[in-house]
Amino acid sequence: MIRLERRPEPSRVWTFATPFVAVALTMLAGGLMFALMGKDPVEAIRTIFWDPLFGDFASYSRPQLLVKAGPLILIAIGLSLGFRAGIWNIGAEGQYILGAIFAAATGLAFYPSETWLVFPAMIVAGALGGILWAMIPAFLRVRFGTNEVLVSLMLVYVAEALLASMALGLLRNPEGMGFPGSRNLAQYPSAANLDLIPGTGLHWGVALALITVIVGQVVMTRHQLGFRVRLAGQSPRAAVFGGVNPGWLVVVCMGISGGLAGLAGMFEVAGPAGRLGIDFNVGYGFTAIIVAFLGRLNPIGILLAGLLMALTYIGGELAQLQMNLPLAAIQMFQGMLLFFLLAIDVLTNFSFRYGRRAVA
Amino acid sequence: MTTPLLELSGLTKAYPGVVANADVSFDIARGEVHALLGENGAGKSTLVKTIYGLVQPDTGQMRFKGQPFAPAEPRAARAAGVAMVFQHFSLFDAMSVAENVALGMETPPALGRLAEQIREVSRSYGLPLDPDRIVGDLSAGERQRVEIVRCLLQEPRLLIMDEPTSVLTPQEVNILFETLRKLRAEGVSILYISHKLEEIRTICDSATILRHGRVVGTCDPKTTAARDMAEQMVGATLATPSRAGGRTGEVVLELTGLSAPAPRAFGTALRGIDLQLRAGEVLGIGGVAGNGQDELAMALSGEMATGPGMIRLKGREIGREGVNARRRMGLLCAPEERMGHAAAPDMSLTENALLTAGPRENLVHHGFLRWGRARGFAEKVIERFDVRTPGPGTAARALSGGNLQKFVIGREIMQRPEVLVVNQPTWGVDAAAAATIRQALLDLAEVGAALIVISQDLDELMEISDRFAALNGGALSAPRPAEGLGIDEIGMMLGGAHDMAPTHGEG
Repeated sequence: MIRLERRPEPSRVWTFATPFVAVALTMLAGGLMFALMGKDPVEAIRTIFWDPLFGDFASYSRPQLLVKAGPLILIAIGLSLGFRAGIWNIGAEGQYILGAIFAAATGLAFYPSETWLVFPAMIVAGALGGILWAMIPAFLRVRFGTNEVLVSLMLVYVAEALLASMALGLLRNPEGMGFPGSRNLAQYPSAANLDLIPGTGLHWGVALALITVIVGQVVMTRHQLGFRVRLAGQSPRAAVFGGVNPGWLVVVCMGISGGLAGLAGMFEVAGPAGRLGIDFNVGYGFTAIIVAFLGRLNPIGILLAGLLMALTYIGGELAQLQMNLPLAAIQMFQGMLLFFLLAIDVLTNFSFRYGRRAVA
Repeated sequence: MTTPLLELSGLTKAYPGVVANADVSFDIARGEVHALLGENGAGKSTLVKTIYGLVQPDTGQMRFKGQPFAPAEPRAARAAGVAMVFQHFSLFDAMSVAENVALGMETPPALGRLAEQIREVSRSYGLPLDPDRIVGDLSAGERQRVEIVRCLLQEPRLLIMDEPTSVLTPQEVNILFETLRKLRAEGVSILYISHKLEEIRTICDSATILRHGRVVGTCDPKTTAARDMAEQMVGATLATPSRAGGRTGEVVLELTGLSAPAPRAFGTALRGIDLQLRAGEVLGIGGVAGNGQDELAMALSGEMATGPGMIRLKGREIGREGVNARRRMGLLCAPEERMGHAAAPDMSLTENALLTAGPRENLVHHGFLRWGRARGFAEKVIERFDVRTPGPGTAARALSGGNLQKFVIGREIMQRPEVLVVNQPTWGVDAAAAATIRQALLDLAEVGAALIVISQDLDELMEISDRFAALNGGALSAPRPAEGLGIDEIGMMLGGAHDMAPTHGEG
């Protein structure tokens, strides 16, 4: 008989090995699924994991990797801070939208004057938009004890409605022949978020994401804030005894995650997306939740998980195009990744024991 | 009948890195109260868990009523006639006594009938208990009665009791002992685990002493001195805590009408506590658990806000100051619950040193953590208080209760507090470690710190206190000099006699 026994201390080996084992199992189970669908599993796995980097169209898809990973990493780092403290901001998607709206509105307010001030002003506005949107669930939790999961999630739908209203109304392009959507900020030089090195996909947002990884790592390991976050997540009573004000921590964590999500929205609207349209958001805020957990809520892990997740997105699109795989199959494949991760994760804190239970 | 009720022979159980029981053999006769003695970590828990079917031995046999006995799970042990009252109660606060009892039974009868049975059992064994009351409103002693009644309804042949008196007032202890004597007269055997040697001498017929998982001796506790038993447990001679004399100085901590609502459901509101604490004195606060001890400790530590003018430290009003601000001013606190309150279980000892020692030991610089200093401080605590652990990188949850307690108390003492509030400083700690902790507390008072020691162990309080006061329903009695205070007076101060006059002799 097999039993699970709690380890006296979390296993370091499994903390690191879990993501790799989960990816391997996902490939196995996903390959089986593709085979059952009548597709060549080896080719499908290769199309998803290999072709985007080294295939025939890699020169197109490689920059996309950074463009997609950038916002995922930026948002996931912010979320991981709160998740570690037991503060569940599920509404990063909404904060991302508000960041984009604030930034686009700021940029468009300057249009068409050219000054270097526009871009920094948009950055500040983007962060502010995300922070303000995140302060709603934060305030409601601290003041009235509401559940931030529900409030932040529902605010995503409010944000989407607000986005549609902006794209159709206030921020609509006056020269757009009545079509919904704002002017293209990528074509407004003072506001455009272009590649720092042309053709790599490395725009300001990606650069900031990489900086955030480093700052995040330092905060988590060397700063009092990181210590308090971990403390509050592991033992709330001990945290209060250690001098942590729980309400203050909610505001800080929600503020940081909202601000980073808002920044991700700002860089997206000023660069890769360009315009603020009704279909501007594509789920980065939700996928970032998976990225945060896939990366073990650890900044370096999130960097790798963000790249991996971006890869499965791009590879998944390729597989849809080249192998006629349905979107649902790709989404199942991505879901398996989280599923296996959480399943294998048990081994970090538990070990298997084999043997008879009863002794005569 | 001459066969013993339970025979243990050669029981051995090893865990990775530690042998909990090594070749343990002894018998429990029918109708005897048998004491199981030993320090923390001596293997008492593993042994009783084996008897109760929670742990399977690696080797060795048990015989119950002469038959081979190897319960695979507690259900089997209960079916055979073994019942156990745990040190930590498994009761639901929000449910009634009868509902809680029903939850622990295999096939509970209808609640109405069960309530009748509970009344009957509580009457015949002298355990006053109303089946309709909500458990959250009961005292610790009454909660224990719920557990005992739950066991007695199974009509056990062997009743295991793990540290049953640690939460009781002296009067409640007397009630419990009457019940145990009654059970013994009916032929029920009782396996009684305790640290309190005087109690064991009062109630037990024989005793088995464990050390490092082995049986190191058996004795008749009625004829053996408590000190001899203690030294057999520890395997060394014991030093009684001592201090030079009671010089006290200025008033450092002053409470004026300290009142606060209960911080959570089933908590206790503090009611008008007045107190003056002088430098160099030890004030012992006794009381039955749940009478405001946690709340008083939290109000003093700063975890719970209080109204203006109620708490003054060295003349300064601190009611609105946070935990760390109070630490900086010299007021430190060590809460009762080690895991999850005084220490974060999954964090290392170094991180747990940071938990409270940041402000006074200068472990944080401009918001950045000084890991080197923190580790150094943790190492100092480990060394000075003889905390048995591989090193400061070990997770707190990997330490035994007594070792972690030495660490969390030592962590505060090493920060040179001016006022130290400790809640249950030696709860669940073995005799040698408890002596170390008490001596360290007295040494601290000797160098001029003022101490508040909240405890349910009256012997401990009498041993180290200069003055004694009792908490009862959130109110504090006027402190009285501890010297010459009799056990009956203390009992009255605890309010222990309230609505539980023993019903022995009626039924």
